[in-house]
Amino acid sequence: MSLIAFAGRRLAQAIPVLLIITVAAFSVIHLVPGDPARVMLGSRATDEAVQVLREQLGLDKPLVTQYLDFLKAAMRLDFGDSLFQRTAIGPIVAARAVHSLALVAYAVLISLVIAVPLALLSAIRRNLLADHVVRALTTLAFCMPSFWTALLLVLLFSIRLKFFPTSGLGDSPLAYLASLTLPAVSIGLYLTPILLRSLRASLIQTLGAEFVEAARARGFGEARILFKHVLRNSLIAMLTILGINVGFLISGAVIVENVFSIPGLGSLMVAAIVQRDYPVIVALTLVFGVVVVAANFLVDLSYALLDPRIRQ
Amino acid sequence: MRPFPPGIEEDAWLRLTKRARLDRRWATISLYAGIAIVAFIAGLSAAAPFLGLKDPTATDLMNALQPPSLAFPFGTDDLGRDIFARVVYAGRVDLVFGIVVTYVSLVIGLSIGAISGYFGGLIDTVIMRIVDLVISFPFIILILTIAAIVGPGLTGAYIGVIAVSWALYARLTRGEMLAIRRREFILNAETLGYSAPRVVFVHALPNLLRANLVFSMSDIVLNILTLAALSYLGLGVAPPTPEWGEMIAQGQKNLFNAWWISTLPGLVIVLAGIGFSLIGDGLADRLDESGR
Amino acid sequence: MQTASSPAPLLAARGLSVGLVNRHGAFLATKRVSLAVDRGQSLGLLGESGCGKSITLRALLGLVPHPGEIVGGSVTWKGRDWRSLSKSEIRRIRGKDIAMIFQDPASCLNPVFTIGDQVTETLRLKLSLKAKAARELARDLLDQVGIPAPEERLRLYPHQLSGGMRQRVMIAMAIATEPDLLLADEPTTALDVTIQDQILTLLAGLKERNRMAMILVSHDVGVVAQNCDLIAVMYAGHIVEWGPTYDVLRTPRHPYTRGLLAAIPRLEVSGGRRPLQTIAGAPPTPGELPEGCPFRLRCSSARAECATIPVTLDHKPPGHGSACPIVT
Repeated sequence: MSLIAFAGRRLAQAIPVLLIITVAAFSVIHLVPGDPARVMLGSRATDEAVQVLREQLGLDKPLVTQYLDFLKAAMRLDFGDSLFQRTAIGPIVAARAVHSLALVAYAVLISLVIAVPLALLSAIRRNLLADHVVRALTTLAFCMPSFWTALLLVLLFSIRLKFFPTSGLGDSPLAYLASLTLPAVSIGLYLTPILLRSLRASLIQTLGAEFVEAARARGFGEARILFKHVLRNSLIAMLTILGINVGFLISGAVIVENVFSIPGLGSLMVAAIVQRDYPVIVALTLVFGVVVVAANFLVDLSYALLDPRIRQ
Repeated sequence: MRPFPPGIEEDAWLRLTKRARLDRRWATISLYAGIAIVAFIAGLSAAAPFLGLKDPTATDLMNALQPPSLAFPFGTDDLGRDIFARVVYAGRVDLVFGIVVTYVSLVIGLSIGAISGYFGGLIDTVIMRIVDLVISFPFIILILTIAAIVGPGLTGAYIGVIAVSWALYARLTRGEMLAIRRREFILNAETLGYSAPRVVFVHALPNLLRANLVFSMSDIVLNILTLAALSYLGLGVAPPTPEWGEMIAQGQKNLFNAWWISTLPGLVIVLAGIGFSLIGDGLADRLDESGR
Repeated sequence: MQTASSPAPLLAARGLSVGLVNRHGAFLATKRVSLAVDRGQSLGLLGESGCGKSITLRALLGLVPHPGEIVGGSVTWKGRDWRSLSKSEIRRIRGKDIAMIFQDPASCLNPVFTIGDQVTETLRLKLSLKAKAARELARDLLDQVGIPAPEERLRLYPHQLSGGMRQRVMIAMAIATEPDLLLADEPTTALDVTIQDQILTLLAGLKERNRMAMILVSHDVGVVAQNCDLIAVMYAGHIVEWGPTYDVLRTPRHPYTRGLLAAIPRLEVSGGRRPLQTIAGAPPTPGELPEGCPFRLRCSSARAECATIPVTLDHKPPGHGSACPIVT
């Protein structure tokens, strides 16, 4: 029951943030210098065409009315039409979101599989050889541009070894998974150093906590201390770390989707900017904002489920 | 050498002192190795016009797609441009971008964070809400959106990245400010009747700089990577101006037959990144007053 | 240390030196510390913060935090050297024969497990009890240490208890196995004065009942005076005075002990106000290794030879040693 109250309070806190995001997304079109309709259509467009677009976008109405219309439409998931593809944006975004979601989930999985054991090793063997090696690798991975890593992986696994396709998406489930593997590894390698550093710091902090010393003084074995007492605390921290870095993760996905020509939201965003397809840019800014808020909400909620201190 | 303490087992004590020295030595090595790497790349880029390098933008189709050799240390691209010369000239764009963006963000973020932490209350709440939003939002989306408003190019990149990265410094500084807010030297300055801005900027600031300086080293790396990514996406530095990310993008279409075009500029980014990271690690140890 | 009586003392440290590492290098946190306790005896380790008393206590259990280690001397348990024991033997002794309680009960309990989980975990591991029996014993133990409504408390998380209650839980876990020796590191420092008294009374009662030995680390002369048979005064890693509590408090021999006792404010019925004395200067930081007497820089009786004399306890009145050959 207190959990529901917590969720309710947290949801209430999210509403002003969501409003700010809608204002920001709405403003994009108006911050463009000059007449937005003119900019969208390019300098060769006729005055009539510009006027039609102005009316279509409602640019001739007062700003507040425009914003409220925008808000109402957004709640119905109606973002208008893409200027470039000339179809409704909602379905385009929905179709592409599936691929982005699959890619990001795959990447998080890879990242956790690498980061958690290495962070554990690094924290227990602190300042010893294993720790130095893990930290050196972390720094190396941190400095690698994600798109460059992606190209190196293509060079090795697609061109030389021919294990995976170089771009696009496969049709059968297995081919689909295969075509997402290199992109997911690229994003995973991009995210791993961030997760690993935070997790290592959190593990070291927990290992130095007095309850660990008390457990040792009580004669508990190191394995029990590590896997029961320390890990339970650090997994809670892990969740927070993931929540904080959702934005980072999405950024990695946007870049890497472009390398592999994956029809996801990231490649749509870049294409929309290149094509000056402002309605799409506005819709995506809003979508990404909502995704981040929702992710943080979910993280807080599961955090409350796991950590008894937050609940009451 | 200090006399050997009596009643101590010699090998145990030596093991301990060696352990202590080793940790310190790593931090020192890290700092100087980092400075050496950064100085090497920065020096080369700064001196580029005087090194007798080939013209970084001159095309030479006779020598297109040459693999690395003595004449072309990093090979040539599909237009026959010398990749080594381009990499060195690109350093001027990338390093300047990384450093300028980082320290402009630092100054903005530090000021805002210090104000937020010092005054607290409503100002603090509002500022921190904005900071949280900027930090949790995917930075590339924000920067792309700003690029969409300003228009693609280096100016958009400068504005976009600064608009995002000040927030991290603001949060860091606010935390530090809260920690020292109640320490004696601040209370002392207040009791002496100094004005609020004087207290914030003269008395507290040197103490706030420490954490910010350490973080700024990783931030330089992040910002260089961001510029490279923007250029790779075609929204940063426009060709033919050499820029590391743009060079990697140029090489992608020839990945099958000329691996060096994309690979080598990427290695230079990694090297520069490692240099700054090493400086950061060394600085963290030097500036850490709390011991361990 | 103690006159070598034929049966080995319960726990004894001989010439124990612990080395630690900080950013300036390696240093000795304790220097040739020797002490011993027997069954039913309680020893107070008294000293200012940073004098090495807490690290001494940890060294007695083999719990020096890495990268530090014991660099000299030995610890024996019932006559057996720690170093001759296997890891599993050491684990069996810890928490069963020797128990330890800490200064801050808030951070000594794992925040994500209930009190019941933590108490029964100890009972199941240390006494090989089944879940149900462990639960019942846990309830009895909480009852014994004066926790009301123990059944409900077992279901709570540490943050839902007060500091005094948490320390009682720690004590309940410590005494569950009826240990021969209890190590207590400033057990009441984090608590309110009234709670302090209750906890100390509780410990004294347990000690009587189980003939348990106790080593109590504290910076508070009053706490040590009330609860201990023996006192060891520590300064800068050395034990500078050792003896029965009554003797040490009545006729302190080392200048540091005298300074420490003179610095206690006391209520006097008559005689007006006596100026409160303090010891000038600050104790040396752990990294400094002055040769000779470590207290000479703050000592009003210091002479030139203090810079070279070895810090060893004499035993002029039997069993009451001082490390100062100048002041007698």
